[in-house]
Amino acid sequence: MPLRGSRAAGPRGRLPPLLLVALAACAAQASEITFELPDNAKQCFYEEIVQGTKCTLEFQVITGGHYDVDCRLEDPDGIVLYKEMKKQYDSFTFTASRNGTYKFCFSNEFSTFTHKTVYFDFQVGEDPPLFPSENRVTALTQMESACVSIHEALKSVIDYQTHFRLREAQGRSRAEDLNTRVAYWSIGEAIILLVVSIGQVFLLKSFFSDKRTTTTRVGS
Amino acid sequence: LALYFHSGEREEKCIIKDVPSDTLVIGNYKVQRWDIHKQGFLESAPGLGMFVTVTTPSAEVLLSKLYGPQGTFSFTSYLSGEHVICLQSNSTRFVAFAGSKLRIHLDIRVGEHFLDESVVQAKDKVNEVNFRLEHLIEQIHHISKEQNYEREREEKFRKTSEETNSNILWWAIVQTLILISIGIWQIKSLRDFFISKKLV
Repeated sequence: MPLRGSRAAGPRGRLPPLLLVALAACAAQASEITFELPDNAKQCFYEEIVQGTKCTLEFQVITGGHYDVDCRLEDPDGIVLYKEMKKQYDSFTFTASRNGTYKFCFSNEFSTFTHKTVYFDFQVGEDPPLFPSENRVTALTQMESACVSIHEALKSVIDYQTHFRLREAQGRSRAEDLNTRVAYWSIGEAIILLVVSIGQVFLLKSFFSDKRTTTTRVGS
Repeated sequence: LALYFHSGEREEKCIIKDVPSDTLVIGNYKVQRWDIHKQGFLESAPGLGMFVTVTTPSAEVLLSKLYGPQGTFSFTSYLSGEHVICLQSNSTRFVAFAGSKLRIHLDIRVGEHFLDESVVQAKDKVNEVNFRLEHLIEQIHHISKEQNYEREREEKFRKTSEETNSNILWWAIVQTLILISIGIWQIKSLRDFFISKKLV
């Protein structure tokens, strides 16, 4: 069985053509894409979905600014199914109520100069079963059940791994930002400190230097 | 190929793929052009091609080729990190040609292992389970590779955090020393100045 993040291929060689068509209609598809969203930009993605398919959209902002983005999901009639502003991470599951092209958009229009890197994972439909039961005579053997449960466990491991990788990328991005900021601010502060204190002394000295004649006149 | 997005005629659209080393990445795409007269996307646009450029994390170009309106490209990463896959059409039309856009269908798979269909054809139960087991083993290998890569990245993260920590400490000490020495210098300098001006 191919890995998550790729299209699952059913065991096409074994099934009669009619069942193949039916299986293809509910074959799972998962597209995960990481892209860069420039400031003041909006990026939309479209997918044609069959009625009744259960779909999940999950997104996370990895780098950039306050790590937030606007997201919006619309059905073919333009009805907004999901709309959130300035979200860092979210997951949304829905069942397609009708056939057509569904559209989801990520917007960075509220940001003036930060690019954002956004990851999203759009899963359409459920994965086909490992051992399809269409032309089965007996129940699954122990070996087969073991394979099925291992496969499910591995799928969830890969899922957790992806989530962890994204969180780690986000944390690392923040740490690198912090590091550069600390370096620049420290150097800046040290320079300002030196300039101001040396300047103070010379300024004070200048108050007493040229006006010597005037101070004596005021005194007398 | 179901997921698609729109792009300008000469616009370059890039996708980032963070993969461990020695991983096969396969991409499938299909591009359609918007037709002004028909107000729709043409099924096929002869002469339209896409430049596919793949850049490694060390900014080297791994793959740079021109494909037709529909194509498959693949590459194997030899470094682990963020690879950038860029698609740009070879359209020579002027950008000022208003209303023209492209529809790009894209499907990128990481670590795909092809099924040996002939094995699936066999009705032998043992072979079928054997074949599924091999796939599970491939899945486990992929997970293991990702985990190794994760360990490398965590190390880099930890180094950055430790560097920030020591930077803060070092700069705080330096600034305190500057402050103290400047303070002493200021007082001394002013005292000598006032003594020389016979004000003290």
